[in-house]
Amino acid sequence: MTMKTLYILTPLAPLIGAIAAGFFGKQLGRANSHRITIAGVGIAFLLSLLALRDNLANGMVFDETIYTWMTSGGLTFEVGFLVDRLTVVMMTVVTSVSLMVHVYTIGYMHDDPGYQRFFSYISLFTFAMLMLVMSNNYLQLFFGWEAVGLVSYLLIGFWYKKPTAIFANLKAFLVNRVGDFGFLLGIAAVVMYTGTLHYGEAFAVAPDLVGKTMEIIPGSAWSVLTVICIGLFIGAMGKSAQIPLHVWLPDSMEGPTPISALIHAATMVTAGIFMVARMSPLFELSETALTFILIIGSLTALLMGLIGIVQNDIKRVVAYSTLSQLGYMTVALGASAYSAAIFHLMTHAFFKALLFLAAGSVIIGMHHEQDIRKMGGLKKYMPITYWTSLIGTLALIGFPGFSGFFSKDAIIEAVHGSQTAGAGFAHLCLLLGVFVTAFYSFRMFFLVFHGEERMDQHTREHLHESPRVVTIPLILLAIPSVILGAMTIGAMVFGNYFGSAIQVAEKHDVLGRLAEDYHGVFGFVLHSFKYPAVYLALAGSVAAWFIYMRKPEIADAISKRFNFIHRLLENKYGFDDFNQKVFAGGSLRIADKLWSVGDVKLIDGIMVNGTANKIGMLSQLIRKVQSGFLYDYAFAMIIGLLAMLSIFILST
Amino acid sequence: MPILSIIIWLTILGGVLVLFVGDQRCRPVALAVSVLAFLFSLPLFFGFDRSTAALQFVEHVAWLPSFSINYSLGVDGISAPLILLTTFINIIVVISAWEVIKDRPAMYLASFQIMTGFMVGVFAAADAILFYVFFEATLLPMFLIIGIWGGPRRVYATIKFFLYTFLGSVFMLVALIYLYSEAGSFDIQTFHKLPLGANAQTLIFFAFLIAFAVKIPMWPVHTWLPDAHVEAPTAGSAVLAAIMLKMGGYGFLRFSLPIVPDASLQLAWLMILLSLIAVVYIGFVALAQSDMKKLIAYSSISHMGFVTLGMFIMFGIMANTQGSADISHAVLGLEGAMVQMISHGFISAAMFLCVGVVYDRMHSRMISDYGGVVNTMPVFAAFMVFFAMANAGLPGTSGFVGEFMVIIASFKANFWFAFLAATTLILGAAYTLWMIKRVIFGEVANDNVAALTDVNGREKLMLAMLAIMVLFFGLWPQPMVDLMHSSISNLVAHATVSKL
Repeated sequence: MTMKTLYILTPLAPLIGAIAAGFFGKQLGRANSHRITIAGVGIAFLLSLLALRDNLANGMVFDETIYTWMTSGGLTFEVGFLVDRLTVVMMTVVTSVSLMVHVYTIGYMHDDPGYQRFFSYISLFTFAMLMLVMSNNYLQLFFGWEAVGLVSYLLIGFWYKKPTAIFANLKAFLVNRVGDFGFLLGIAAVVMYTGTLHYGEAFAVAPDLVGKTMEIIPGSAWSVLTVICIGLFIGAMGKSAQIPLHVWLPDSMEGPTPISALIHAATMVTAGIFMVARMSPLFELSETALTFILIIGSLTALLMGLIGIVQNDIKRVVAYSTLSQLGYMTVALGASAYSAAIFHLMTHAFFKALLFLAAGSVIIGMHHEQDIRKMGGLKKYMPITYWTSLIGTLALIGFPGFSGFFSKDAIIEAVHGSQTAGAGFAHLCLLLGVFVTAFYSFRMFFLVFHGEERMDQHTREHLHESPRVVTIPLILLAIPSVILGAMTIGAMVFGNYFGSAIQVAEKHDVLGRLAEDYHGVFGFVLHSFKYPAVYLALAGSVAAWFIYMRKPEIADAISKRFNFIHRLLENKYGFDDFNQKVFAGGSLRIADKLWSVGDVKLIDGIMVNGTANKIGMLSQLIRKVQSGFLYDYAFAMIIGLLAMLSIFILST
Repeated sequence: MPILSIIIWLTILGGVLVLFVGDQRCRPVALAVSVLAFLFSLPLFFGFDRSTAALQFVEHVAWLPSFSINYSLGVDGISAPLILLTTFINIIVVISAWEVIKDRPAMYLASFQIMTGFMVGVFAAADAILFYVFFEATLLPMFLIIGIWGGPRRVYATIKFFLYTFLGSVFMLVALIYLYSEAGSFDIQTFHKLPLGANAQTLIFFAFLIAFAVKIPMWPVHTWLPDAHVEAPTAGSAVLAAIMLKMGGYGFLRFSLPIVPDASLQLAWLMILLSLIAVVYIGFVALAQSDMKKLIAYSSISHMGFVTLGMFIMFGIMANTQGSADISHAVLGLEGAMVQMISHGFISAAMFLCVGVVYDRMHSRMISDYGGVVNTMPVFAAFMVFFAMANAGLPGTSGFVGEFMVIIASFKANFWFAFLAATTLILGAAYTLWMIKRVIFGEVANDNVAALTDVNGREKLMLAMLAIMVLFFGLWPQPMVDLMHSSISNLVAHATVSKL
């Protein structure tokens, strides 16, 4: 099998599974549907591992066209694959998490009537996501980009009877479309100024665009590269849920938990991060865009983490945590530490998928109760869920030695050393974010697993550990959550693993400078104790323990004392209300006015029917001329004759 | 073999035959006629010489030699795809009417067959008078279709429809006669080469504009369309949106751009402005609709904005690149406009058929009468969500291709053109998916929805046929673009050279 065949088969295998389960789910039955989709994703996972092995062995970059989609206007639109060091990481992450989620779904969706449909969707998602990460051009990138958005829409609204679910999926799609709006303009700008849709060709021309400007508002010069990069990044803001386009992600929790893990935590939402890293040759050329990214990312990292503190829905806590972690990745991109961003993306994919699936396991145990105020003391009922959750939480807060520790510390250090404008602010936000992360993570952890059992009698009697199809994926995800960081940081962040896949300008190369001081994993851990991040994480954890385990009255006192802040957080800074009133409400008002005034009153009322009425009135007048009486006509003829005669006489 | 004549007269005479065999046996006859006509149109794809822009499958018979009016037919890369679309949609029409139309089905099906013949004639005519005759003739069957099988306000709608479009084409006739007096012939190709002064060009441009702007329709002469769609029976709406609107777009390509290129250049700003108003303004108006058919009608107008934008953006590109030789993006815009027309043919027909499917069961088009249709009609819901996504321009469906091409081409002319055009990404998704949310998803809204039965085999067949086309051209538009490439390049080369 040539590598090309292998790469084609990788996305195709889950697609075939999706088609089989989607169109023939009824005939296949439940068990066969999950078998065939799991087989498809399993094949994709194995092929990704082969691709990874092959790539590690010889480092060859595969960049070929699969078929020509269209040629028009001197442009070639193609479907093609670019498989390099960056791609294989993404492929492996996507397929492995997807495989875990597929297995987990057997347990989680066991009694759902839409079982086959669900498997079809998540396999379709895997296909779309692979197309996205394997693309070698902007057309296919956009295809994958929107296709994952489609599946996300279908899956958020999977329980289509729930009003909140079908509100959330429409919201998610539209907010993402706002991002895609910028993304598409960014792509159009790339095509206009580089004359190609192919990454490699566009990157090759990009350095010539430095200093080139365009007039968006007459009289002002905008750097072409900044316009391109900001356009593309707006797309990333939608998909990777950065402020102010983050509003869809918390609502997306209306979907079933497995997809919250797969799509809204581990893979799809990181597409924006991946895309910016992929476009590093462009982003490196625009300081303005990098600063913009830094600011947006750091605001997201801190502000979204803060909301996590006041959430009581187990999934929403994890969702806000995801938003905040995406902010960390974005900051890394802004600091030109692309490989640190991808590194965090990778570790986060595993530990966040773990946390979501563990949350799902808790939800199964609690009979679909999601309010953490009604939980407590689950440790003794659900030991595997408990221990794997603890591992996930430790990884999330950056406990030394766990995978999240390495990736988060790498980002914080990179921002610390970055010279890009805004890096100081970002550094501060991220450090505060570490405290906040530890605080909300352990708040949730303690409220769920420790303390008094606050659930009702009925639920308590039925509490038990989840079945093996649920716990095995938890265990399998817990392993990389612990070891993956230590295993790969040396190569990925401080080594030259990514090679030419990620390009960093000399002056931005903070990771390169940090690499000089990097002396192995152990040294990195020791080194971290000289910096505040570890202590902040510890402080956050202890504070959570003290407040929620020892003195719960403190929490109430604080929320009363700082009522304004508490309300601000509960209202999520008012983004939702603002959007609902101004954008949704405003659009509908505009729509209504344009319709009722523009079309109905002006065009139809005055112009069309008005003209018809005037013509009607005119014909009423003219009709009088044709009375049908002979004497009228005779009279008219005489008048006419007299008139003509008088003209004739006067003119001579 | 005179394929074009065969298609035209097969459907017209076939229509008469359908009328003749009567209500009992009309259905299979109509189906046979439509399938045969489609089969006869296939050589326009498979036997089409893609390397030339010249007319192919040419037929030429003197008709009124004293006025040098000829029965001359021929197709190029612009008309061939439109004829294929017409004969394809015609089959769908017959399937859609099968057991639904109980009142005078023979007359109904005959009207559609005859109309198909006329519409193919419009796209195949190489003589201006022949074009005009077919162009006007299409009004009559559509007039009957809306007038007889239409809804309660059909009288208002038909009169509005007829007067609007008829008034438009009167101006075109005047322009054609003027061109005849200058050229001494009604041959359209001769018009293309005819040198014309600036004033004459401007007047002719407006004469054509009135005719084609009403037909396609452009803002602000669009208000006949929502009324006509709402009152028309399902297949009437489908043909109206899928084919008849395209006659306007085709007119711009066949007449305005090549005959009066300088006036087109001069007035491109107006066309681009009106197109962008169509995209944005109409996009908002669609959002305000509570009637599904009206919503889709407004969505059609908004999508047609992309067609006119793609056609006239080349002059914007010329102005922006200071007349440099780089006209490649002009080709992109024009081909985008063509792709948008074809794709919209499938998608709008499908959307109207979807509404028809539930209308046949519920006898309501109002969004508020629905809710939770997916619970009782899961297969239908899957189709409708798919077509809605295509309508919202999702990549992988044909609805994406044309919009993508036109937006990229617009960027080359002006950032703001692309910016405003790209708002369709948000607006299109908003009005389409909001409708889907209210109609398809949610709990079963009422007893009528609870009593719905899912699509039957016939309905599945027609929707699946359209879905396959939408998906095929979304995943691989090359065969479609390839067909038109020579003709469009030639048109761009021709229209960018001044006649003054």
